[in-house]
Amino acid sequence: MSMSVDIEKSFGDFTLKLAFEAGDETLALLGESGCGKSMTLKCIAGIVRPDRGRIVVDGVTLFDSEKRVDLTPQKRRMGLLFQNYALFPNMTVLENIRAGARREKDRAKREKSVAAVIDSFGLGELADRRPHQLSGGQQQRAALARILVSDPMALLLDEPFSALDSHLRFRLEREVREVIRRFGKTVLLVSHDRDEVFRMADSIAVMRAGGIEVCGRRGDVFADPKTRAGAVLTGCKNVSRLTRREGNRAFAEDWGMELVLPDGAREADYVGIRMHDIRPGRGENGFRCRVVEEIENPFSFTVMLLAPGGGNAPVGWETEKHIWREHRAPELEINLPKQSLLLLRE
Amino acid sequence: MDWFPLINSLRIAAISTVIIFFLGIFAAYYIAKAPPLVKGVLDVFLTLPLVLPPTVVGYLLLRVLGPKRVIGAWALAVFGVKLTMTWWSAIFATTVVIFPLMYRTARGAFESFDESLAYSGQSLGLSNTYIFWRIRMPYCRQGILAGTVLAFARALGEYGATSMVSGYTPGRTATISTTVYQLWRTNDDALAFKWVLVNMAISFVVLLAVNLLERRGGSGGGRRRA
Repeated sequence: MSMSVDIEKSFGDFTLKLAFEAGDETLALLGESGCGKSMTLKCIAGIVRPDRGRIVVDGVTLFDSEKRVDLTPQKRRMGLLFQNYALFPNMTVLENIRAGARREKDRAKREKSVAAVIDSFGLGELADRRPHQLSGGQQQRAALARILVSDPMALLLDEPFSALDSHLRFRLEREVREVIRRFGKTVLLVSHDRDEVFRMADSIAVMRAGGIEVCGRRGDVFADPKTRAGAVLTGCKNVSRLTRREGNRAFAEDWGMELVLPDGAREADYVGIRMHDIRPGRGENGFRCRVVEEIENPFSFTVMLLAPGGGNAPVGWETEKHIWREHRAPELEINLPKQSLLLLRE
Repeated sequence: MDWFPLINSLRIAAISTVIIFFLGIFAAYYIAKAPPLVKGVLDVFLTLPLVLPPTVVGYLLLRVLGPKRVIGAWALAVFGVKLTMTWWSAIFATTVVIFPLMYRTARGAFESFDESLAYSGQSLGLSNTYIFWRIRMPYCRQGILAGTVLAFARALGEYGATSMVSGYTPGRTATISTTVYQLWRTNDDALAFKWVLVNMAISFVVLLAVNLLERRGGSGGGRRRA
């Protein structure tokens, strides 16, 4: 079971051009709003027609511009979950789910699968309510039940948690992970939230300006995001322009720091380091920095540090509260371990 | 008191309303989805009868439906029917005059429709016909009902185009509005006033209905209530 997508679509001066493959796994499309990630889902679902390309799911060609195949959304069997869940407002939960089951022509079978999905999603008590009488979480559950009863070949989830209050997200993420696990086929998740993506997905495709910049297993993508956008989107807040000097040395322009890179380091335009990868004390790539600002978070401190060499951007160091209390001073020694440096292309 | 004008007015208004109900929804549905340029041009054209004086509409209709004009002559030759000066001639006039009311309110309702509902419906395998009648129409119900009632009210009050196309023949083509004019002209003030009261009573009920519908559908979002 797999999904293979290779499409191109232009809108004015925006071009969506991407290719990826996914197996029986959750692939997250991670990117800022406007990068084309939701458009990609719409192309796969058949709502937007690509200019060129091919979309194949489980061996069925949904779209092929050369062979002139373009199945209707009805025939594609994609389980598309919208940000606002798109429950039909004039129908109760039960009627919504029945509408999702209409592909099954046998009435008895249909009622059986509707009853089964209502039971497994715990919607029994809500069956006669209308969507506006449900909480955000209940709406999401009803929408997922409606999709699963339609027996889709893949799930396409468009920012499924963005309409929810943050305290609900954690619980609903667990519910959706369980749904995905039982579903067992390809799931595409569109999100701009790196934490959500890391918790939900097996693989990640980082998108920018209509294309995929980096694609890989989630651990690999977070460990080596390869591009500046990839680093920023996976949550790396310290990024500086980099000029290579002789040997393994390079100068981080914005931080004003000369760094030693790992042996055989590849060419890079930028260097990045995650805020929690900075270490206090002396060491290789160590600098005595001035504290510009200390920001207190609920469970940590973020300390903004400026190197003496006259950099224009401070480096942020995030550390546990007790560690910062130990080291707190107007000036202090930090080091940027070379194996933690992210070497990035534009 | 001869009730013919009331019955005639009601049947003309009812038939015209049924016609523009489908015509207006059809036009609104396709034009709401059209590219901006096509939309702009068609919109001007279809809204024109709303701002033109009804006498101008009547004049234009006579230019095509009159017994010596294109369509009028054809109908006379093929079916032996005169398209003007009968009670149902008023249906042509009324339909043209009230069309923009239905079209514009229906288009407004369709434009407020959340397309993601249609897209999810399609992905769930629902036919486009099912989506139109079971999801889109119920969602836009308030706007469409309000437009229908408003169009019906306007149809009852139609005078200018109707009097030109249907004329005034007591017991044959007289409507409430043409009767009021005729009675006033012949100094039958008492009877004219009775018809005025009848007309006002009907309009009052109809506008009350529009208000109730609009209040219930305040958010425009189907049956959603605050």
